[in-house]
Amino acid sequence: MNAIASIRTALRALRKNKLRSLLAMLGIVIAVAAVMATVSIGQGAQAKVAQQMESLGANLLMVLPGSIAMHGVATGSGATQNLTRDDAAAIERELTSSVAAVAPINRTGAQIVYGDQNWFTQVQGTTAAYLQVRNWPLAQGEAFGREEDASAAKVCLLGKTVVDKLFVPGTPVIGEQIRVKHVPCKVVGILAAKGQSFGGQDQDDVIVMPWSTVVRRLIGSQADTVGQMMISARSSDQVSDAEREITALLRQRHRLSEQAEPDFQIRNLAEMQDAAKQSTETIATLLEAVAAISLIVGGIGIANVMLVSVTERTREIGIRMAVGGRGRDILFQFLTEAVLLASVGGMIGLTLGIGVSKWMAARGGWPTLLSPPVMLGTMLAAGFAGVVAGFYPALRASRLDPIEALRFE
Amino acid sequence: METRNLEKVYRMGDVEVRALRGVSLTIAAGDFVAVMGASGSGKSTFMNLIGCLDRPTRGSYRMAGRDVGKLSRDQLARVRGEQIGFVFQGFNLLPRTNALENVELPLLYQGIGSKERHRRAAEALERVGLGDRLDHTPAQLSGGQQQRVAIARALVNRPTLLLADEPTGNLDSRTSVEVMGIFQELNEQGLTVLLVTHEPDIAEHARRVVTFKDGLLLSDLTPPRRRLAREELQEQTA
Repeated sequence: MNAIASIRTALRALRKNKLRSLLAMLGIVIAVAAVMATVSIGQGAQAKVAQQMESLGANLLMVLPGSIAMHGVATGSGATQNLTRDDAAAIERELTSSVAAVAPINRTGAQIVYGDQNWFTQVQGTTAAYLQVRNWPLAQGEAFGREEDASAAKVCLLGKTVVDKLFVPGTPVIGEQIRVKHVPCKVVGILAAKGQSFGGQDQDDVIVMPWSTVVRRLIGSQADTVGQMMISARSSDQVSDAEREITALLRQRHRLSEQAEPDFQIRNLAEMQDAAKQSTETIATLLEAVAAISLIVGGIGIANVMLVSVTERTREIGIRMAVGGRGRDILFQFLTEAVLLASVGGMIGLTLGIGVSKWMAARGGWPTLLSPPVMLGTMLAAGFAGVVAGFYPALRASRLDPIEALRFE
Repeated sequence: METRNLEKVYRMGDVEVRALRGVSLTIAAGDFVAVMGASGSGKSTFMNLIGCLDRPTRGSYRMAGRDVGKLSRDQLARVRGEQIGFVFQGFNLLPRTNALENVELPLLYQGIGSKERHRRAAEALERVGLGDRLDHTPAQLSGGQQQRVAIARALVNRPTLLLADEPTGNLDSRTSVEVMGIFQELNEQGLTVLLVTHEPDIAEHARRVVTFKDGLLLSDLTPPRRRLAREELQEQTA
């Protein structure tokens, strides 16, 4: 019997008992739908995390002041003021092979005023390197450069949220004067919208100004200390090299002995990414286990129905054998039925799963990713479950004695 | 077709049942043989062996010069598919499957394409007078019509041997005679027919009547007055 004929025969047999076929499929339908929905939602979540990580900046390292112990009393991290602009300049100057850009950052909060509107936001005092490190393009205008930093020029770049709060939509923004605390500033650029950070903060609620403008004019300090540095490595492979070299350079510059604890700390975004990835991987493993179990349960459902079907159709098997059906023809027929049940169930489950994940995505604001390899894999797994589930019943059918099968009532 | 000292032993629990105790019989091509005997006489067992549904415990069974008693299960299935047509007492049609598809069934296992299958199945049904009932399911047909579908199914693979196991057991007498008429007609066209029955008047339609008793051949006779279904039917209508 050829393949097309056996598929047709199997379809006919399944159609004759629609309700039973449907019930047999149900397990696989639910299994595949659940797998599809959970996997695509999981992948969506993973993509969202990755996207948020990415929005922090490319190949990012953060250098923060560390804790120091004075007379045996340790301060908390960030309590010291021992990172300087010179440190930043030295890293940029000496570690060119691994470091792409260094942005020293000092932050302050400030009330800003334009016309009759005002808003309180965070001001980042930094250099032009900041935009490069954070991989943050401008929507309009131009960034400030070294001269503006050197001269503490009264210029600023506005985040999207700040623009929305201060300006009437459609009115010109570039070139306008706003007041930051008491300092009048010219808007030279608007930052592209970046959205929420990993922690859920609005990254667009920010003003970026030259470092010296913020420190000298807004904070009013003559010190050279830097709140933190954001550094981007040349490539993702070089993040750990950069980290090691920065550590060595800063230890040397801060004259730390071999045994001394560092008075700064370096945070590596890759580590955070790894942690996030690990947790999503754990979830993925869990989902796979659930998927495997539900496919097994679905397979058992099919095996059960097939066993009943073989018993019920013993006489039919006898007839088929009498008219020339070989054992393997019978085996193949029942196996085809089981695989068809599983794959049709898989198909329905797939459609259902896609529907559910789209609905969940729309409802929960997840990005839903439907990956073709996962769909294919799930379908193959369903088909495989059909083969495994159908094999024993089919084998039993194929081994029936034709005489006894014909006599079966 | 030739059997020599054919024996079949079944084991039922601890008891050995010797269903056939050495049967030697030769059936020439084109013959029409009726096998008679009480139940338990071994006639059904003999029929199963002749039909290649089972293998003998001892003895040989040669069919067209070939020793079929020693074939594997798959080889037996092939012989059944290519050389033998079965007609059963209970018709044994697939339920909820129309006449055409029922008749196509043997061809399905010979790898014949669907167009050719349809053509040959329709032709076989035509031959038994059911050309206008192709899409009827068994439930929509009378007993006689169902048996004719079964005969069409037995003929569709162009067998050399037609085996009928109590084909008239579930039919009224007139329909029985009609069915015997079909067999006689087929036999006249050269088909070898082996008919198992326990009704003497049905057996008298054959050219030769063999009787079994206790697993042995009791008699092998030619009916003194062979019944011809055609004439019987004419008499009945007259």
